[in-house]
Amino acid sequence: MPTVEDLVERLFAGNRRALSRLLTLIENDTPEGRRALKQIYPRSGAAHTVGLTGSAGAGKSTLSGALARELRRRDRTLGIVAIDPTSPFSQGALLGDRIRMQDLTSDPSVFLRSMATRGNLGGLAPSTSGVVTALDAFGMDVVLVETVGAGQDEVEVAAMADTTVVVLTPGAGDDVQAMKAGIMEIADILVVNKSDLPNADLFYRQMSAIYESYSAARNGWQTPILKTSGAEQEGIEALVDALDQHRAHIESTQQREAHRIEQARHQVLALARQRLIDQLVADHTTDGRLDEIVARVARREMDPHSGADELIA
Amino acid sequence: MADDKIRVLVAKPGLDGHDRGAKVVARALRDAGMEVIYTGIRQTPDMIAEAALQEDVDVIGLSILSGAHMELFPRIIEALRTREIAPDEVLLFAGGIIPDADIQPLKDLGFQAIFGPGTSTQDIIKFVRDWAATRPVRAT
Ligand code: B12
Ligand SMILES: Nc1nc2c(ncn2[C@@H]2O[C@H](COP(=O)(O)OP(=O)(O)OP(=O)(O)O)[C@@H](O)[C@H]2O)c(=O)[nH]1
Ligand SMILES: [Mg+2]
Repeated sequence: MPTVEDLVERLFAGNRRALSRLLTLIENDTPEGRRALKQIYPRSGAAHTVGLTGSAGAGKSTLSGALARELRRRDRTLGIVAIDPTSPFSQGALLGDRIRMQDLTSDPSVFLRSMATRGNLGGLAPSTSGVVTALDAFGMDVVLVETVGAGQDEVEVAAMADTTVVVLTPGAGDDVQAMKAGIMEIADILVVNKSDLPNADLFYRQMSAIYESYSAARNGWQTPILKTSGAEQEGIEALVDALDQHRAHIESTQQREAHRIEQARHQVLALARQRLIDQLVADHTTDGRLDEIVARVARREMDPHSGADELIA
Repeated sequence: MADDKIRVLVAKPGLDGHDRGAKVVARALRDAGMEVIYTGIRQTPDMIAEAALQEDVDVIGLSILSGAHMELFPRIIEALRTREIAPDEVLLFAGGIIPDADIQPLKDLGFQAIFGPGTSTQDIIKFVRDWAATRPVRAT
């Protein structure tokens, strides 16, 4: 029976089955998965990680496929992580992003992994960053992460990825949505997708006007607005060029250091937060205090703030 | 943690466009709490085996109504073996239009069950759960 160490060794040797087994251990957050990450993490960091976010049905998977084809044309290897929601009712999930990328399955330089959110909010699954780390350490030039199309609160992907692409579509109410959710602020590249649709040009002009009126260059980077059609494979070269430019930008001098520190801070705090809360819930589920406090808050004998204070105390 | 999540690949090999059954089964397993990867129609044996490898699934379910199973299924098993996936490491089963006479030969190939038209999805769910409950611990 192979040990985690064997698997890690085979991963570094380029074995795809070992990579896949490790992704499962990492996704399930098993002790073996954590041990593997410890060994893998120091050898990660070379890949360009790209987050693709946008509302449900915006064409993210189709665009990922188109992007992947263009990246392959430029001879880059790539990992794709496609995330779909876990049903809150059954805890099951239907992961259908592969359907849009079927032709990539037989390319030995592409590795596509589907993940379910497993109850996590924020567009990612709890162990997405670990999965990205493994694909990165495997040697992929680019790791693309397609988030679930929640349309809000996707800052998590921005904290994890080097480059965040926000995908908008004409006629989907995406203009208002984008304004509301603060999603524009996280975009390093803004994409108006489905440019083959009749109302796409108008939408593109509207978005450009809105965006220009309030976006100043952040850290010396001016977010470009691009038009693409994933389905027609149009505008994809320009998108890959923009990805490369952003990558070059963050690689420049102090940018890179600052960016990496922000990413690391986010990951450490996110994991620490999760562990503290898990510990708290576990402790006070066993001793019954959680239920007791909750019941008192429900009966209006105590306010929620005092309840939280008491739980932590 | 959800480390006991059952991951299932539902795939349709060959040029068979009958996808209702595959979708019914995929949804039923999702509703039973499993993570189901659906690849769509027109999959070659290599595409199916490669998807199984990349997704590291516990269960591989093939749906076929075209009659080409005796030609395609052995090639799928071969494609899995090339990728170091032995049929007994996963639950391999199938459904659709498969004559009784073909069932034993398919079992000899490594298929653990074949479900025909009219099967209740509850029976399929139960079969997967029973298998998951008794399967040997996977090698890391
Ligand atoms: C609906 C249907 C169609 C629809 C398909 C629509 C679609 N998108 O699915 C249309 C009209 C398009 C169609 C076309 C054709 N069809 Co047609 N079709 C049927 C029909 C009447 C029902 C199939 C169906 O949807 N059943 C409902 C689903 C829910 O049942 P199911 O698929 O059997 O799935 C159940 C089980 O089998 C099992 N199961 C299925 N998959 C899996 C997978 C796993 C992992 C598990 C565990 C279980 C499982 O569980 C499911 C739930 O109980 C069947 C006859 C029949 N009674 O089966 C013919 C039938 C399948 N068709 C047939 C034929 C010949 C054709 C055509 C070639 C006809 C033609 N000459 O044009 C074309 C081919 C189309 C193509 N591209 O492949 C033949 C196949 C003959 C054969 N295999 O020897 C059949 C058997 C009819 C017949 N008696 O001749 N068809
Ligand atoms: N007209 C047009 N339609 C597209 C384009 N890209 C995708 N679509 C269609 O939009 C729908 C959703 O496409 P997906 O690529 O699955 O979108 P997604 O954002 O990944 O969807 P989720 O993962 O479910 O959020 C499908 O019906 C596609 O056919 C495009 O460039 N132009
Ligand atoms: Mg998608």
